[in-house]
Amino acid sequence: MTSELDIFVGNTTLIDEEVYRLWLDGYSVSDAVALRVRAGILEQTGATAAVLQSDTMDHYRTFHMLERLLHAPPKLLHQLVFQIPPSRQALLIERYYAFDEAFVREVLGKKLSKGTKKDLDDISAKTGITLKSCRRQFDNFKRVFKVVEEMRGSLADNIQQHFLFSDRLARDYAAIVFFANNRFETAKKKLQYLSFGDFAFCAELMIQNWTLGAVDSQVDDMDMDLDKEFLQDLKELKVLVADKDLLDLHKSLVCTALRGKLGVFSEMEANFKNLSRGLVNVAAKLTHNKDVRDLFVDLVEKFVEPCRSDHWPLGDVRLFLNQYSVTVHSLDGFRHQALWDRYMDTLRGCLLRLYHD
Amino acid sequence: MPGKLKVKIVAGRHLPVMDRASDLTDAFVEVKFGNTTFKTDVYLKSLNPQWNSEWFKFEVDDEDLQDEPLQITVLDHDTYSANDAIGKVYIDIDPLLYSEAATVISGWFPIYDTIHGIRGEINVVVKVDLFNDLNRFRQSSCGVKFFCTTSIPKCYRAVIIHGFVEELVVNEDPEYQWIDRIRTPRASNEARQRLISLMSGELQRKIGLKVLEMRGNAVVGYLQCFDLEGESGLVVRAIGTACTLDKLSSPAAFLPACNSPSKEMKELPFNEDPNPNTHSSGPSTPLKNQTYSFSPSKSYSRQSSSSDTDLSLTPKTGMGSGSAGKEGGPFKALLRQQTQSALEQREFPFFTLTAFPPGFLVHVGGVVSARSVKLLDRIHNPDEPETRDAWWAEIRQEIKSHAKALGCHAVVGYSESTSICEEVCILSASGTAAVLNPRFLQDGTVEGCLEQRIEENLPAGCGFCHIPYDELNMPFPAHLTYCYNCRKQKVPDVLFTTIDLPTDATVVGKGCLIQARLCRLKKKAQAEANATAISNLLPFMEYEVHTQLMNKLKLKGMNALFGLRIQITVGENMLMGLASATAVYLAALPMPGGIQIAGKTPSDGSYEQHISHMQKKISDTIAKNKELYEINPPEISEEIIGSPIPEPKQRSRLLRSQSESSDEVTELDLSHGKKDAFVLEIDDTDAMEDVHSLLTDVPPPSGFYSCNTEIMPGINNWTSEIQMFTSVRVIRLSSLNLTNQALNKNFNDLCENLLKSLYFKLRSMIPCCLCHVNFTVSLPEDELIQVTVTAVAITFDKNQALQTTKTHIEKSLQRASTDNEELLQFPLELCSDSLPSHPFPPAKEHLESARSNSGIPAAQRATSVDYSSFADRCSSWIELIKLKAQTIRRGSIKTTVTVEKASPMGEGNFRNRSAPPCANSTVGVVKMTPLSFIPGAKITKYLGIINMFFIRETTSLREEGGVSGFLHAFIAEVFAMVRAHVAALGGNAVVSYIMKQCVFMENPNKNQAQCLINVSGDAVIFVRESELEVISTQQPTANCQQSCAGGEVTT
Repeated sequence: MTSELDIFVGNTTLIDEEVYRLWLDGYSVSDAVALRVRAGILEQTGATAAVLQSDTMDHYRTFHMLERLLHAPPKLLHQLVFQIPPSRQALLIERYYAFDEAFVREVLGKKLSKGTKKDLDDISAKTGITLKSCRRQFDNFKRVFKVVEEMRGSLADNIQQHFLFSDRLARDYAAIVFFANNRFETAKKKLQYLSFGDFAFCAELMIQNWTLGAVDSQVDDMDMDLDKEFLQDLKELKVLVADKDLLDLHKSLVCTALRGKLGVFSEMEANFKNLSRGLVNVAAKLTHNKDVRDLFVDLVEKFVEPCRSDHWPLGDVRLFLNQYSVTVHSLDGFRHQALWDRYMDTLRGCLLRLYHD
Repeated sequence: MPGKLKVKIVAGRHLPVMDRASDLTDAFVEVKFGNTTFKTDVYLKSLNPQWNSEWFKFEVDDEDLQDEPLQITVLDHDTYSANDAIGKVYIDIDPLLYSEAATVISGWFPIYDTIHGIRGEINVVVKVDLFNDLNRFRQSSCGVKFFCTTSIPKCYRAVIIHGFVEELVVNEDPEYQWIDRIRTPRASNEARQRLISLMSGELQRKIGLKVLEMRGNAVVGYLQCFDLEGESGLVVRAIGTACTLDKLSSPAAFLPACNSPSKEMKELPFNEDPNPNTHSSGPSTPLKNQTYSFSPSKSYSRQSSSSDTDLSLTPKTGMGSGSAGKEGGPFKALLRQQTQSALEQREFPFFTLTAFPPGFLVHVGGVVSARSVKLLDRIHNPDEPETRDAWWAEIRQEIKSHAKALGCHAVVGYSESTSICEEVCILSASGTAAVLNPRFLQDGTVEGCLEQRIEENLPAGCGFCHIPYDELNMPFPAHLTYCYNCRKQKVPDVLFTTIDLPTDATVVGKGCLIQARLCRLKKKAQAEANATAISNLLPFMEYEVHTQLMNKLKLKGMNALFGLRIQITVGENMLMGLASATAVYLAALPMPGGIQIAGKTPSDGSYEQHISHMQKKISDTIAKNKELYEINPPEISEEIIGSPIPEPKQRSRLLRSQSESSDEVTELDLSHGKKDAFVLEIDDTDAMEDVHSLLTDVPPPSGFYSCNTEIMPGINNWTSEIQMFTSVRVIRLSSLNLTNQALNKNFNDLCENLLKSLYFKLRSMIPCCLCHVNFTVSLPEDELIQVTVTAVAITFDKNQALQTTKTHIEKSLQRASTDNEELLQFPLELCSDSLPSHPFPPAKEHLESARSNSGIPAAQRATSVDYSSFADRCSSWIELIKLKAQTIRRGSIKTTVTVEKASPMGEGNFRNRSAPPCANSTVGVVKMTPLSFIPGAKITKYLGIINMFFIRETTSLREEGGVSGFLHAFIAEVFAMVRAHVAALGGNAVVSYIMKQCVFMENPNKNQAQCLINVSGDAVIFVRESELEVISTQQPTANCQQSCAGGEVTT
């Protein structure tokens, strides 16, 4: 006796969260059944393995049919075939587009191209995430990217509107899209200690302050691309380190203000010029695409690592950066105050986030 | 020219890409009704076209309005080649033809294609202007309401329940061997869909005409089925119960309405002719002179005179028209017009209803059923319905005679079905023989004894259990005791019925689903040999199914079955039997005895030991079940009560072989009635298997209950979460060494596993109950068994559900249906027109009639079942004395109940309020349930019947996920289309939903599959109780008391 056909269709589509997770994780039906058995479901419910197999198959089939709709979440809301309560629809979408930290760190900042897709095998092997799941996550990134890449308006809002994500997920995707578009390097060994959350935080700050959208809300791609003019202008900041008087003045002002407040004052005093040069040079180099990509590498090399080697506490870093950016306003010879603020406010936020072990 | 149909095509969305180059579609729409076609403009390059067409107007006869569906075809315009069809929408406009249903159909309909399934949606608005034509009820039957619900719909009151209506239409099947045809399957499937749509419209119109002839205005319990006969044609047939319904607006409104008919009735000369067809009840009108006098002697003489005509099918037309002339007055002409066949319909005192108002059923005799094996290739004139009509008439006649033998004048819970395999067709009919309350059939002035009887029965809630037949001349051996409730009347030891549990029945504990499953191998044979083989097998199958049911019932410690449905399916090389019922413990019936096992050869010591081991297991199971289902009936000490129990309890061991080796048909004793303890004799391995299989049925996991009736006896506090589902399984039997035993085991496992899967899937709803569990078995191919289950899971509140007192049940019932006023009022108003039956005091009449036959029961019983010829009926359950057909004159009742029309303004307003926001972003939720109610909600309006037929085919089965993927998607699409139609009618639920057919065929070698699905139900608007005023909790009881009191006074 073999089962040729075995289906269950409810007027309200049944969604088993546990099975959905297994499906999203890319397990085959038999693996999923084995995992469910291991989770002790048979003991809890008194079901047989055959029942479990049938149930799992059925859910997998349902998910497979839903997948087409999940590719364009508004379709899921408008479609008539599956009657699913709104809360469940939201859950389906949110989980479908959720991603693994380990996976996203591997592809963050990479071009979402066929080439990268070919590397998914390696990523799968490295992270232990099934290839199927990797593909889904990669395709999700790419799909969202394609839909929002040439749109006006806020990146996160566009994503939310077209994919019906939660606030949090929309912001994460905005970061992923932003990183993919600007191809920031995140895979270098010295950046390994950074989490996706760190990068997403920086991305959000950069989108808010450094993109076209920060100055003009009526352009295409406004949140995707950095404001080229702004980047060009950043060269003007070079004067802060090139002009020796200005540099000395800046240093003395910062040192006066921080004396006695900083545990690592002597180290700061000794390193000030190096640190300042590092920060200003990073800004000045941003005119080149190559250097934009290396932004995070540079920040870690030029600022995070020197401070960390001197064991600066985070509080001291904050005090220093605040003072460092504020005192520029007291430099009479420096004319680019607004530019400095636009650059330094974001950079300060990023650096504080990046500064940890 | 009585109607104008107006259609507007608004927009489309989510259309498929038809032009690969542009990834867009140039869509336009063809709107077709009858022979007229309109087209919209082509909306270029869009997947979401906005046509916003003008109103397309069709001026049509109302006959066409009823028959024809509105056909909407969406096409892709192509300048150079033929336009490609994207898909179609069929809209049944019937709901727009009666005033109380929908006024407009407006909404998004899925565009359906038989190959691609749903391809986007189209927004359509449909309206009908009906011209008020005095003559309009003559040609068509516009205005007759149809309900699938097998009880009086919640917001209506039955003025008269007229009785049985049936109709059958035949046509050539455009495609009976789809895979082999030259024509593309798509074209023939579309032709088939269109044809069936047309045929159902025609059928409904014809049934409507019959209803109008009976002066009714509605059909309740409407069941329409398709028989895909293959080469001999495609049959669409329907049965239903004609009623005159009155819309309930306020409790006060019904009184005058019911007075008018009875006043008119007073004028009629009733006394001369005791015609049972003409009754009217007007409880509020005190009637004196209109005493419906029937002296027992007179009735008996009628009985005996008609018994000369052997099961006569020929109605006494002379008498019929005579009575019409006398009584009919204005309707004389109409009655004369009635065809002979129309007269015949009323020969059958059948009711497709399964639930009745309290007190409607006086007694229930038991299940009556009849089966008949027919050869389709012998139909003389396949394109005409006569032969099939005659077949069904024959079966119905038999059912009627069975009911008579049980001392009953009516059959309730009546249904018909077929099973077809190649050229062999098994026709089946079954129902429950019953005596209906004369109070509902006529006015209250009847003999005192009768009154008394009812009075004493009704309050006890046990009356329906009392035997309707004469205990001295029982039609079958049964073990009678005095009713455990009232101690006054005799009751049988077990009761089998096809109806729902009466609301006033006193039940101990909870009920449970019981199934008997059976397979019998049969040799492949042709034509008559095949039919003979089937005919020969049928009685054994019936017998075994019955034995299984009885065993399982005893094992559960219960004593009655409700909702019994036995399906016999015929295949190439086997017959399958599946019986489902809900077992309960009726307080009025005696406590069931245990099951005792008897070995045949008690010499062997170890064998004895084995037997006693089995015996212990069985006793343990019974004890466990009693605990599980909370069966602890109050102990009644017979001595204390002192009521005479005719046979003191005796453990008489009656050894009875239950293996099929018995070849004497005349010994078919299905009663099992004589013994207190039930004895199973283990005389061979078969019997052993049976005992084993008894014990393998596992109860549902804790927190789950299941039943196949509307509601679960003993559970009363339903909460609002419901989940309707359909599950289909097909297994392939290994063709090697198929034995009956192996088959039985496979089939048993299939059903059990299916149930287990359901319990597992729905575990998140615990505590919950699977209600209306409906199993259908088919044998699509040699080694394939297909089981389709549709049911609804309803959650309930565990704490309150534990209370099982009668009052609580009643309260919950009221709460469940919430239409308390309706429920309680309408019985008082019931009167019956065409109950072609003797509403005589059953005891008297049947005492007489049975006596007349008392000399010959055994002999006749034997002759009545003649299995030798293939065309024979296989009757069952109760082997019956053939009583002579009783010709009944039909009269017509003079009720002119004007159908209350809601003002169009109010309707419109209401619609606007209740219609789900189709255009909005989210899709409105449409609930579906096989039940007639929605827990925790009140049905405020019936919008019309949903009756849809779909075919889906594929030539890329593997690519669509194999057979499971294909069927899963198709069923989901069917649900979606039902929901969309309901939403477009302005509704938010389908009640009494049923999947009548799911015919699946596959050809894996060709990578092809095809499936036909037929579903129906009633579209309704419901309002959550929580959204209603708080009064609802207070009002019912007040109303109840009021109307009950009213009832007492007037009767």
